[in-house]
Amino acid sequence: MTERTADKYADWQSHDCGCGMPHGPDGGHAPGCDGAAPEAGEARTEEGLLKTPLHALHEELGGKMVEFAGYSMPVQYPMGVLKEHLHTREKAGLFDVSHMGQVLLVPRKAAAAEKLETLVPQDIIGLKEGRQRYALFTNDAGGLEDDLMVANKGDHLFLVVNAARKAPDIARLRAGLEPDVVVKHVTTRALLALQGPKAEAVLSALAPEVAEMRFMDVRDVVVDGVELWVSRSGYTGEDGYEISVPADAAEDFARKLLAHDDVAPIGLGARDSLRLEAGLCLYGHDIDETTTPVEAALSWAIQKVRRADGARAGGFPGAGRIHAELAESASRVRVGLTPEGRAPMREGVALFAAEDGAEPVGVITSGGFGPSVGGPVAMGYVPAALTAPGTVLYGELRGRRLPVAVAKLPFVAANFKR
Amino acid sequence: MTKYTEEHEWLEIDDENVVTVGITQHAAEQLGDVVFVELPDAPKTVSKDDEVVVIESVKAASDILAPLDGEIIEVNDAIVDDPSKVNDDPEGEAWFFKMQIEDASALDEYMDDAAYKKFIA
Repeated sequence: MTERTADKYADWQSHDCGCGMPHGPDGGHAPGCDGAAPEAGEARTEEGLLKTPLHALHEELGGKMVEFAGYSMPVQYPMGVLKEHLHTREKAGLFDVSHMGQVLLVPRKAAAAEKLETLVPQDIIGLKEGRQRYALFTNDAGGLEDDLMVANKGDHLFLVVNAARKAPDIARLRAGLEPDVVVKHVTTRALLALQGPKAEAVLSALAPEVAEMRFMDVRDVVVDGVELWVSRSGYTGEDGYEISVPADAAEDFARKLLAHDDVAPIGLGARDSLRLEAGLCLYGHDIDETTTPVEAALSWAIQKVRRADGARAGGFPGAGRIHAELAESASRVRVGLTPEGRAPMREGVALFAAEDGAEPVGVITSGGFGPSVGGPVAMGYVPAALTAPGTVLYGELRGRRLPVAVAKLPFVAANFKR
Repeated sequence: MTKYTEEHEWLEIDDENVVTVGITQHAAEQLGDVVFVELPDAPKTVSKDDEVVVIESVKAASDILAPLDGEIIEVNDAIVDDPSKVNDDPEGEAWFFKMQIEDASALDEYMDDAAYKKFIA
């Protein structure tokens, strides 16, 4: 276990020079800070949508821009969703995920990991330096307020949260952690994801040390004088990296990656079909305030030490219900679903236990065409008794009940470098 | 002469009042990659604005409405087997259905090529 002592930052204050880090009383910069001044205001489109640092590049590349979580984001490029999806699984795709929230937790009077454990049911104290872990913000009812990544960067924690949940997440962190831990929202860095079997070859050509990283490792690397915060992770089921890069260096860095023959820009459309095939949850769809970790089939993300018989059992919101469900299982559970016909079944399609069933027993929360599967795939919630793979249910599509089978997740085997 | 609807269908009539119906290149581009097509069983008598075809792209499901009163006499099963044809050749090989109509003047209300180009501009 890594010691994160409080003393080092005892007198440090939140100090917005734009680097997103607190500064020492002597005015010295925190680790990871280049002293850059904050940008004057947020860049917005004429429609009032936020622009990421790669906005101009998206337009240059022919990205079809749509609103997503208040941002103008590319849903696809001229290649199209289907080919972008397949390209990512075959070679490498570059995604702009700068709309996501990047947050630093810097210890002042208490260790950040100990404090964060009061908000999430994960083992954060045991997270080793240089490692990242999937985590969940829970509420008092055991529901999910967001899912996030937590990385141990040695003298601080680095969090990545969903775009649409940035404001409530940061409010939750400030209320729960300050003043003992400084919560800094990083607004001067872009976030890119490079995903696919060629990702390692492409990124290691610029930063050789990333080839040594394993799945969920984190590391800072310098490329052409620019500090990158790299994690070996992603949201596609493929090997790859997520890379935090200073906003003013983001376009140059993206161009360096795109210059490689194997790299294509990929929009949100393919990001969604890739994560669906990988069986990964989309917050606000597959998980939300009303779904618990056990219902969402995310029990694997709750380490033993935080469970009822663990050394640091409970101590997070909703522990009572979550512990009870871990012991006895939940009444409904998220499962994979494979429609037997060719028609996609999308979010909101009601599921029935029988073709002539009177009342729905479940609902699809994500669904569409899986390009790598070559057919429709979906996820949804069904009663615990109906979760066995192969169980046939009926989805109501345009007034007809069509068979759909419970399937094991993921639909496409993960391709991580463990 | 090809006619166009505001729903982005193209209609082509022959000497025997058989109208071939498909979607325009513009519509195919807007839809994105088509992954599913459901066609009616022919023959089928339909009224104008009946939902006769379901087409799904990677993004969303759309309905195609019967542009005219008449009888659907033939459907293009090739696009059911390979929906990507709709993106490859929407105004040619990937027609959707053929319908027999009574009176060719029923097409008069629809746009010609120049008017449709203006409509989508």
